[in-house]
Amino acid sequence: MRTFARKFRVMLVAHYALALTYRAEVFIWALSGTLPLILAGVWIEAGKSGGRPLEPEDYARYFFCTFIVRQLTLVWVVWEFESDVVQGRLSSKLLMPIDPMCRYLAQHLSERVARIPVLGLLGGLFFVLYWEQMRGWRPGLSDLGWAALAIVGTFALRFTVQYTFGLLAFWTERAHSVEQLWYLPYLYLSGLIAPLEEFPKLLQQIVLFTPFPYLIYFPSRVMMGGDLVHFSLAQGFAVMLGWTVVVFILQRILWRLGLKHYSAMGA
Amino acid sequence: MIKHLRILGLFWSTSLAAEMEYRTNLALAIITALGNLVGAVFAMKLFFIHQKTLGGYSEPEAMVVLGYFVLLSGFANTVMVQNLSRIVTHVREGTLDFVLLKPIDSQFWLSTRNCSPWGIPNIVLGLGLIAYAGWQLKFDAIAYLTGVIALAAGLLMLYSLWFSLGALSIWFVKVQNITHVLYQLLEGGRFPFTAHPTFNRFFFTFVIPAAFLTTFPAQVMIGRNDFQQYLGASNIGLYLIVVAMAVAMFIFARYFWRFTLRHYTSASS
Repeated sequence: MRTFARKFRVMLVAHYALALTYRAEVFIWALSGTLPLILAGVWIEAGKSGGRPLEPEDYARYFFCTFIVRQLTLVWVVWEFESDVVQGRLSSKLLMPIDPMCRYLAQHLSERVARIPVLGLLGGLFFVLYWEQMRGWRPGLSDLGWAALAIVGTFALRFTVQYTFGLLAFWTERAHSVEQLWYLPYLYLSGLIAPLEEFPKLLQQIVLFTPFPYLIYFPSRVMMGGDLVHFSLAQGFAVMLGWTVVVFILQRILWRLGLKHYSAMGA
Repeated sequence: MIKHLRILGLFWSTSLAAEMEYRTNLALAIITALGNLVGAVFAMKLFFIHQKTLGGYSEPEAMVVLGYFVLLSGFANTVMVQNLSRIVTHVREGTLDFVLLKPIDSQFWLSTRNCSPWGIPNIVLGLGLIAYAGWQLKFDAIAYLTGVIALAAGLLMLYSLWFSLGALSIWFVKVQNITHVLYQLLEGGRFPFTAHPTFNRFFFTFVIPAAFLTTFPAQVMIGRNDFQQYLGASNIGLYLIVVAMAVAMFIFARYFWRFTLRHYTSASS
């Protein structure tokens, strides 16, 4: 276990250095997270005319939280893994005395640190653009604590799911198509485009059992503070953990099957 | 010109043939496009659960805007996304040398070499959404005609913007993600321009012309003018401004590409 921790630390540092060599790219990636900024504006305007479930201030804060959550939980492992399999680079990674997943994990975690300056910059832009709505926001300490935990859970769930999709690259050359298909319900049901409060009642109930709201809505809503109407914290964490475990088991099975199937082409 | 058209035909038929290797992808693309449309309509309808209008647009009027958005994203996926990510690869691997040596305009080659059929379902569905909303709003033939011209100007703008960003790869090399950034910013075009707060309206008009890409064609069809208070032009004047802007952006893209090329220092040997 100690040697594993040391290896993992070295990988983290190495990948951090790698991420820094492409600072412009990290910056550009972070810029592509501007959707919450746009949506916040539209929803605040819509909220001003009244009659909506949330107040205009809530929309600003909610979308600020979705921005933070999304930046901290971004995952692209399916593309990495797919190109490693297709180009045969996975072979050399398999020879190393550590599960290749750790390497991708380290890569993702390190990139997060390189992203922090941009997080501050765009987050600051939120406060500049929507100062009127944002200035009264005083998130509670316990809310932030639970939100941090939820964000870790979100990252774990998202990474596990996408890595599982990536494993399909053993059988098909375009594993990322599956991720693109998954991205659709993710985009519309995760709470990215609107807080779940805006959904029709029945849909809210159904969606809460799918993994999607736990990728954006749950951590964001906890971070935003205020009363949780549709679920309790415990319930949220339970569903999130449940999905992670199920997908993780599936992923381990696929990994074993896939390795037998892998023909190391190209290398 | 004829030569270019013939070459364009060859380019697209070969790249279509190559893409047809992945036939399951076609089914997937159609499902994705359908799902996307359902999702986009759903997202728009959320606003109308508690309200009658969004930025002064009624539900079918807002759907026209959305239709243009879907249509343009299909266009982007068909001809632009692939080509521009290839520019990056050419610059990084130094294969741009070969492109520059070919006896044909490099911008033409780079922006038309590939064509992906996967955006076509979106184009069809976008047109369908516009037609459906248009039927509800009882548009006449003139509305459609003006809409088409406005759309053409929008396409030219989008292309010019995209290509200018692609040209940046000569300096920054690893910018294939730039398409993502632009795509994200263009998301603002999903909604009628008037649904945004004041500052964002300014941004979507003068910095990223998303308002001209979707709201403008929609509003000429509907017969309203939301830009009047910002640009102080009547509908016809505005029309001229938009067309002139599109042409200017195209000329800029062209010169910008030549300018960046001067800084190109090949890679590898």
